[in-house]
Amino acid sequence: MARRANPKDLVVAAAVLLVGRRRPKSQPERLERVVPAGEPGRGSELVVLALLLAATVCAIGFIVVYAVDRIPRQTQFLGLSLGLALLFVAAALIVTAKRLIVTEELVDDYPATEHPEEQQLVTQIVDESGSRITRKRLLTLGAAAAGGSLGAAFLVPLASLGPVVHTGVLYDSPWRRGRRLVDENDRPWRAADIEQRDFYTAFPEGADKETLGSPLIVVRLDPSSLHLPAENANYDANGIVAYSKICTHAGCAISLYRAPLFPPDAPPPAFVCPCHYSTFDPATGGTVTFGPAGRKLPMLPLMVDRRGYLRAAGNFDGPVGPSWWGVRLRGAH
Amino acid sequence: MRRVCIVVLLALVAVPAAAASPGSGLVHRGKALYGQYCLACHGANGSGVAKTSVQRIGGGPLRRQSRQQGYAPPLRGVGALAADFYLRTGYMPLEHTGMQPRRSRVLLDDGQIAALTAYVASLAPGPAVPHPHPERGSISQGLHLFTDHCAGCHQVVAEGGYVTGAVPPPLENATPTQIAEAVRIGPYVMPRFSKKAISDAQLDSIVAYVGYAKHPDDNGGWAIGHLGPVPEGLVAWLIGAAALVALCVVIGRRMHGGETG
Repeated sequence: MARRANPKDLVVAAAVLLVGRRRPKSQPERLERVVPAGEPGRGSELVVLALLLAATVCAIGFIVVYAVDRIPRQTQFLGLSLGLALLFVAAALIVTAKRLIVTEELVDDYPATEHPEEQQLVTQIVDESGSRITRKRLLTLGAAAAGGSLGAAFLVPLASLGPVVHTGVLYDSPWRRGRRLVDENDRPWRAADIEQRDFYTAFPEGADKETLGSPLIVVRLDPSSLHLPAENANYDANGIVAYSKICTHAGCAISLYRAPLFPPDAPPPAFVCPCHYSTFDPATGGTVTFGPAGRKLPMLPLMVDRRGYLRAAGNFDGPVGPSWWGVRLRGAH
Repeated sequence: MRRVCIVVLLALVAVPAAAASPGSGLVHRGKALYGQYCLACHGANGSGVAKTSVQRIGGGPLRRQSRQQGYAPPLRGVGALAADFYLRTGYMPLEHTGMQPRRSRVLLDDGQIAALTAYVASLAPGPAVPHPHPERGSISQGLHLFTDHCAGCHQVVAEGGYVTGAVPPPLENATPTQIAEAVRIGPYVMPRFSKKAISDAQLDSIVAYVGYAKHPDDNGGWAIGHLGPVPEGLVAWLIGAAALVALCVVIGRRMHGGETG
C-alpha cells in the first residue's frame, strides 16, 4: 500500500520546484569553453519571467472573456487579450535573445562538408549559452504556462462550431402551432394581405424578432404551381407558403424574390440570398436550385384562422440557420 | 417642354378626330403602330400569344428561320401605365422573346408612344400613368422602404445588382414616373407592389430617395461608387497589403546595405 501524499508535503515540494535554484552542473574538465562566460543576468531573467506571466494572464483573460460571454465590446476585448498575450511572448523572446543568451560575433566561411566534431561543438555552444540562466526549471515552467495557455486560447473557440451532441437545440424556434404571423410593427398578417408576386417578412407574435428562428419570408403562389414534397404536403395555406428568412449557407437574410411577370418567358419564382446567390424554390418546399447552400430552406406549416389571420400550424420542418458541422452531420431534411 | 408641346399638339389633333368618330384618331394611329411593332408577339387586340401556340415559320434544315412569331402576355387591362413604362424605357419592342427587357434606345418618338399608349389603354380598363410627387415624400422614410423592398436586388444606393437568372438594373436613368410604374408592374422577374403593400404616399418617399441616391451627400473621402463597406474594405486591404510589401522591401534593402557597406 502506497502512503497517501500529505498535502503539506505537496505544497513544500511545489515551492521547492518553483523557487529552488538548481545546483550548477559540474562542468566536464576536459572541454574548453567556446562561448565566453557571461555574468548571470538576474534582472533580465526577472523581466522575462514577468513578461511570460503577463502573457499567461492575458491568454487566460481571453478564455475568461470568451467564456463569460456577457461583457460589452467582447470582440474588442478578445482581440486585445490575444494580441497582448502574443506581444508579451514576443517581448519575452526578444529579451531572452538580447540579454540572456551570451552572444559573440564571429566571421567564418561556410565549411565545405559536415564534421561530426563541429556538430558536437554546436551542441556545446547551445549548452553553454544558457550559463547565465540559473532558474532553468522555473523559466521552462513559465514558458510552458504561457505556451500551453496560449494554445488553449486558440483551441477554446472551437466550441463555437456548434453543438455536436445535443442537436435538439438547433430545432428550437419561437414558432408554435397557433402563433400568429405579424409584421415588424406587430400588426398581424391576414391571408388576404398576401398577394401574388410580392414578398413579405413576418415574425412570431409576442416573440423576440432578433432570434435566428423568428423571421419568415412569406409569398403567395398559384396553388396549381405548387409541387410540395410528401412530407410538406398541406404546409401551405391556399397557396401561401412561409419559409425561414435565414439562408442555410451563411445565415444572411434572404431579401431577393424572383417573381416572373410572364412565366413562359422568365426564370421561375425563387428566393435568392444576396450574399452568395443561393437560390431556393418556394414551390417545391424550399429546395436548393443554385448556389452554395447545402440544405433546403426550412418550411413553416401555415393555417388561416376563422378571422382570416395567418397562424403557424407547427414548427419548421428542419433546423433554422447556417449549417455548422453539427447540422451537416444530420444531413438534409 | 418639348414633350408637353407634342402632347398638346397631339391632343389638338386628336380632339377633332374624336369628335368625328367614337374611337379617337390617336387610338387609330396606335392600332396601326401596334400592328407594325407588337402584334407578332402580343396577338390581335392585345389578346396575348401562349408559348405552346407559337407557329414556326420560314425555317428549314439548311436555313435558320429568319422570322419567328414570338409569345408574350396579353395586354388587356394593363392600362396606359404599363405601355408608357415599356415604351419610354426602350424595354419594348423586344428584339426577340425569351430575353430580359433592358433599357435601350427608344425606338419610337413621343407621338408614336402616346398613340400606342392610348391604344393599349383602350383595350380594357386599366391603371393610368401615375404622377408621383417626390417633393411630398421623405427621403429617410424612402431609405427605410427602399431597404425593405428594393435594396435586396437594386442595392442600397440603387446601383443595380444581380439575381440568379436576371439582372436588376441600376436606377440612375429612371425617371420618377418610370420608378412608380415599375413598382406597380414588376417588370420581368421583379416583384409587384400593390397600393396595399406600398401606398402612393410611400411611393413618393421611395421616388424621393432614389432621386437622392443618384447624387448622395458625401462627407469626404473616396466614395468607391457608394457601394458600402465591402468594396471599401477590399480597397483598404489592397492599399494595406501594398504598404506592407513596400515596408518589407525597405527593410530588406537596409539589411542588405548594412551587410555589404
